[in-house]
Amino acid sequence: MSPLGLKHRGSALWIAAMIHRLSGVALAIFLPVHFFVLGLAFHGGARLDGFLRWTDQPLVKFAEGGLVFLLTVHLLGGLRILVIENFAWSDSQKQWATLAAAASAIVAFIFLVRVF
Amino acid sequence: MTMRLYLWQRATAAAMVPLVLLHIAVIVYVSHQGLTAADILARTHGSLLWASYYGLFVAAASVHASIGVRNVLTEWSPLDARGAGWCAVILGMVLALLGFHAVVALVLT
Repeated sequence: MSPLGLKHRGSALWIAAMIHRLSGVALAIFLPVHFFVLGLAFHGGARLDGFLRWTDQPLVKFAEGGLVFLLTVHLLGGLRILVIENFAWSDSQKQWATLAAAASAIVAFIFLVRVF
Repeated sequence: MTMRLYLWQRATAAAMVPLVLLHIAVIVYVSHQGLTAADILARTHGSLLWASYYGLFVAAASVHASIGVRNVLTEWSPLDARGAGWCAVILGMVLALLGFHAVVALVLT
């Protein structure tokens, strides 16, 4: 591919699309684990409690903050796509993408403040 | 991606917007207290509302994630469309089975 063909890769909207895709892949990997853990509540909560105690570790809480970020950024990135496809084009796409990333970071930060 | 898959992808995305917003709100709301199984089950056990919410969420997420992964595999992996499609079907079935098992565990048992 010519250098000209790669030029778009530094743009904010290309990065936004890449973040949306990678966050989606990460969530698709996490989701079976999440469902499996919740399924531990079958026949009472003893097994689930055992796992929840493990999640009290600081490193796990930071990882959970990362998951909250991924979920929020994927939600807002998806909303951006739905708006692009169903409404008139807006020149403020880059600002919306930046705002989505910032809002996701804020939500993850609030989660971390509350969880610690 | 075929038109049919595209429409399912976008329809499940739109359906999940309020579901994910509520999910994030619940996560942040309950995060300040050390979460226990008893806390979770006290909220969900026997609740038709939570069963409907999580059931819809599992169904939409299973379809949405499997189509998304199919797209990624088609574009980024050596798999052809048929191989990527099978991976997506298997992922969707695993998600649905584990997800509905979790819903039953949280609401009915």
